[in-house]
Amino acid sequence: MTSVLYDVPGPKARLYSLIGSAAGILIILGVLAIAVMTLAQQGIFDADRWEIFYGPMAPDVWNLIGQGILSTLAAAAVAAIIAFPLGIGLCLLRISLIPWVRIPTQVVLEFLRGMPVVLMMLFVLLVFATGQFQAVVVGLVLYNAAIFAEILRAGIQSLPKGQREAGLAIGLRSFQSRMSIEFPQAVRRMLPSLVAQLVVLLKDTSLGYIVGYEELLRKIQIMADFLGPNFLFPAFFVGAAIYILINLTVSRIAILIERRGSKKAAGGVASATIRTGLEGTGNDPVAQNVVLGPDHRDASGTDKK
Amino acid sequence: MDAVIASLPEYWDGFLRTLYLSVISGIIALVVGTLLAAMRVSPVAALRGFSMFYVEVARNTPLTIIFFFAAIVLPRLGVKFEQFEVAAIIALSSYTAAFIAEAVRSGVNSVPVGQAEAARSVGMTFTQVLGFIVLPQAVRTVVPPLINILIALVKNSSVAGAFFVLELFGYGRQLSNDYGNQVLWILLGVAFFYLLITVPLGLLAHFVERKVAIAR
Repeated sequence: MTSVLYDVPGPKARLYSLIGSAAGILIILGVLAIAVMTLAQQGIFDADRWEIFYGPMAPDVWNLIGQGILSTLAAAAVAAIIAFPLGIGLCLLRISLIPWVRIPTQVVLEFLRGMPVVLMMLFVLLVFATGQFQAVVVGLVLYNAAIFAEILRAGIQSLPKGQREAGLAIGLRSFQSRMSIEFPQAVRRMLPSLVAQLVVLLKDTSLGYIVGYEELLRKIQIMADFLGPNFLFPAFFVGAAIYILINLTVSRIAILIERRGSKKAAGGVASATIRTGLEGTGNDPVAQNVVLGPDHRDASGTDKK
Repeated sequence: MDAVIASLPEYWDGFLRTLYLSVISGIIALVVGTLLAAMRVSPVAALRGFSMFYVEVARNTPLTIIFFFAAIVLPRLGVKFEQFEVAAIIALSSYTAAFIAEAVRSGVNSVPVGQAEAARSVGMTFTQVLGFIVLPQAVRTVVPPLINILIALVKNSSVAGAFFVLELFGYGRQLSNDYGNQVLWILLGVAFFYLLITVPLGLLAHFVERKVAIAR
């Protein structure tokens, strides 16, 4: 990796770096050792504390954790499936040419983006007297649809002007140009951000804990309350590890998608642009010429950055 | 409506505490996050590794879990806080620092390598390259995302309300219990106070973005 800040290190710099690394590792190990010793003094590592995960209680404990994982994933999945189309709809309204549609949508989006998600969940729960699951899902949907809309709008704005002009020039209506030329490209371009937002959505399901939805963290607490305070740390440790593992997995997928996207952007922009540009318009030679016109160079320029 | 007017003192109190939590954790997170970013771009491998590990884990841990750890698990392990605010500030700043580190790092990375190479080739030292060439460009790209992270921080501070800190959200929960028949107005009032902080910050981000954008 070439860093902006320093040259490729020579032998002297490498030696210093090695010494620095050793010192750094020692400090980190020292802090860890102190933490572990403190925990050991509390008896955290005694086998009987962890017995809940493999002893006679284990089936019930894992069953409870499994339920927690399922309800976490269920809320995230349902919310994501509803939020995405809603986000597309909001985005269309937000970029509408009619001020009477555009401006109220903008106000609504600002409102949704400016509020804490957990407040929306509580609002739905108390005002509409729904169940906890619905409250969590609606809260997540409202917030994330607004974010999806903004991401897509940024994607459409990042397209070269010629894309829309070409669509209008061959006689498409504004809406047709949006749907068949601009949206497919915007979604493709913004795919990394969209997946990253899915990770946020998944993380935010844990806010359900606050409104009493029995997701993973709540199940962990129920378990600790039932088993006694001695088991709080082990239960929390396992629960948190599971949560982090799930999120890390989804994040990895997001990074993979981003890599694939940028590789294509670097190597085969031309073909990618043409393919997405022509989606829905057929093999119209006029459109093809326009896509390959001077604006196309702009597209690859921004892509590479 | 009258429930909102009757509870104005609570609203004001909660508003100030939300501001307090956000400002203090924001400052700590900015400092820690910048340090983490500096470690991430440093030539020392151990520091890079540590920073990367911290940022990855913190970004993928739900805030609720961090709060749960700071407010419920830590006291059980013998780390007791005089006030729950301290636990909240630790949770919020350690979470936010990871995002700030990422933003600052991407800002440094967004400066084309050629800029630093050119600076080195005219004989500038490391500090000069950093101070005159790289940082001024990095900061300009990074201010808008930083403001967005701070907006998220304000909204995230609402989680503290669920863990014994009476800020805006905490009061909102309490008041909606007290005035069961006027929940709608009570919660809209809470929303209004959040928007009072987040919307101006959002406008500021837009403004700065337009003002300092670099055409590349």
